[in-house]
Amino acid sequence: MRGMSLKASALSLVAPGLGQIYNRQLIKGLVFLAINALGLWYFINHLYRAVWGIVTLGEKAQTRVKVGKVYQVVQGDHSIKLLVEGLIILLVFAIFVLFYVQTIRDASRVAKLREVGGKVPKFGQTAKSLFDRNFHVSMLTLPTLGVLFLTVMPIIFGIMIAFTNYSAPTHIPPKTLVDWVGFKTFSDLLTFKTWSYTFWNVLLWTIEWAVMATATTYFGGMLVAMLIQQPGIRFKKMWRMIFIIPYAIPQLCSALIMNNLFNGEFGPINQYLAFFGIDKIGWLSDPRWAKFTVVLINSWFGIPVTMVLMLGVLTTIPRDLYEAADVDGASAIQKFWKITMPRVLFVTAPVLITQFAGNINNFNAIFLLTGGGPANGKYQFAGHTDLLVTWLFGLTYNNNKYNFAAAIGIIIFVIIATISILTYRQTKSFKEEDMVQ
Amino acid sequence: MRNSRTRIKLFVSYVLLVVISIICLYPAVWIVVSAFRPGGSIYSPHFLPERFTTEHFSALFNDKSFVFGRWYRNTLKIAIYSTIFGTLGTTMVAYVLSRFRFKARRTALSTILVLTMFPNFMSLVAVFLLFYQFNLLDTHTALILVYSCGAPIGGTFIVKGFFDTIPRSLEESAHIDGASHMTVFTRIMLPLCKPILIYTSLMIFTGAWVDFVLARFLLRSREQWTVAVGLWDLATNFRTANFTMFAAGCVLVALPITILFMMMQRFIVEGLTSGANKG
Repeated sequence: MRGMSLKASALSLVAPGLGQIYNRQLIKGLVFLAINALGLWYFINHLYRAVWGIVTLGEKAQTRVKVGKVYQVVQGDHSIKLLVEGLIILLVFAIFVLFYVQTIRDASRVAKLREVGGKVPKFGQTAKSLFDRNFHVSMLTLPTLGVLFLTVMPIIFGIMIAFTNYSAPTHIPPKTLVDWVGFKTFSDLLTFKTWSYTFWNVLLWTIEWAVMATATTYFGGMLVAMLIQQPGIRFKKMWRMIFIIPYAIPQLCSALIMNNLFNGEFGPINQYLAFFGIDKIGWLSDPRWAKFTVVLINSWFGIPVTMVLMLGVLTTIPRDLYEAADVDGASAIQKFWKITMPRVLFVTAPVLITQFAGNINNFNAIFLLTGGGPANGKYQFAGHTDLLVTWLFGLTYNNNKYNFAAAIGIIIFVIIATISILTYRQTKSFKEEDMVQ
Repeated sequence: MRNSRTRIKLFVSYVLLVVISIICLYPAVWIVVSAFRPGGSIYSPHFLPERFTTEHFSALFNDKSFVFGRWYRNTLKIAIYSTIFGTLGTTMVAYVLSRFRFKARRTALSTILVLTMFPNFMSLVAVFLLFYQFNLLDTHTALILVYSCGAPIGGTFIVKGFFDTIPRSLEESAHIDGASHMTVFTRIMLPLCKPILIYTSLMIFTGAWVDFVLARFLLRSREQWTVAVGLWDLATNFRTANFTMFAAGCVLVALPITILFMMMQRFIVEGLTSGANKG
């Protein structure tokens, strides 16, 4: 009876499903055959064009032909649509190949079972195993497909765009074709004078911002938490509830509100300052003030979250540590630096780094407060408070410099990935969850 | 001596607490008062107006260019569907990754991690073209799809961290009693992780509620918009001319979420802390 598995595999290799039929799994075999036929029919028609589209990004540009007295536009290839279509088809093809391989392995496995005289599972049993032994497959299929097409595909597309010349004004389909240019976008970004000047300065400010925004919310949150947690303070719950309100208001609204509060011309803040005889301050319109103001306002957004975290951490510090310190005559400041700080830092180190990474990508805070402005004439499509991520957005949305935007996206990814690898590897959830009881 | 020092300390603390409370509440109170103030300008000589009016709110519901009633319905529809599908997907993925050991598991975990590190806006163009291909531009289905499929990326790790803390012995004894995976999942695991489920669904719901970038990108016609897009439009095009109307819009958008958050405070605190502890 040996050789069955080889035969079954070979048959399935010829056409998925044949092996199953050979194994006397008729329904399964027919289902697989049908899927196979459908797939083959589809890919024979589409696969070549998909690959051609991705490789060439179209060959025929849009032209204008004189017909009689008027010019008529003759549509050429749309490079970007070709790229997206090609990617979608290739993804579907990858799934098909995976299915193909699985059917061969399945045929071989069942045939091996027969070789040793085992019983071939009936179709009903196979279907049932999807709720039992293969439960994870049925649970993961739909979410995986969704993520594959709506997240993975767009990101691959985004990465690919960085290696093309897809940008205004000369390479925007359908009028003109887009071409592969290799690393040219990256080298332009780093060597063209205005681009590299903008890039390095925006990068520098992004890091400055991330450090300041993280530090202010972290220490601010800690101080507020300690203020509430002090022995002798009453209505602790009420204070906590009030302080959490900034977090409960959606940032879209609160940032727009702040934008108006700090309005240089008519904003109430300047109005109050005028009451004290202080001149109008261009909170968000003066380059230097704007950088200060966004950090200040961001602490209003961010402190509630850290406060909540800190309140949790502070309660875990044993009281007797402080009591012992009191007996030894330690001052409040000493207690803070020697007891509170080390403990809190130890527990919240991962949060701190996650928040830092989050602030690098803090689109809402900057975009809604200043929109990247005030404008900077020396910059390429960027303003004084633009972060890499808001610059990326502006390049896509307003200026159609898609390739530069994509290259910046990849650079942001590299920065975030470097930071995250350092932390996530340390967290419990990623490390060894097999330790779970 | 010591007693008076602690009293001074307490007094200073209370003063600080009150000052911080005012800072926390002032922007909200200011925008609510502005929303009810007659006239359109941002400037007002007094904090409280002489009379209150609801004309800005009724304008937002009845004006030609602002159809907040319709936008509310659109937003609710999108947010509720996204929350249902998104939470379901997230829990399914998290449960499987927490409890099953299979070959692609490590890859799946790393993939989710890597996907979170790309800036969202990189995929704007591709998502747009994808829906263009399938003729779904300007539909709510497109947004529901994006939000629901994006949910597992953001939420899986937090939910999985929670599942990891639930002892395995619980399911094992259920399995011995003959329960299927489905029963264990729906009858034992889901009820146990209710707090984190509420947190996750709240996050997806608010995410859909306040998103103005993608929604503006995909929804082309005004009647299809969500409240966030409407507010964004108010803020960019009408703010200087009619600030009080913008204020009213702000209240309309923020109020439901703020109330929801304050009501669900317990779960949010729990979610935030567990998210921080377990990555």
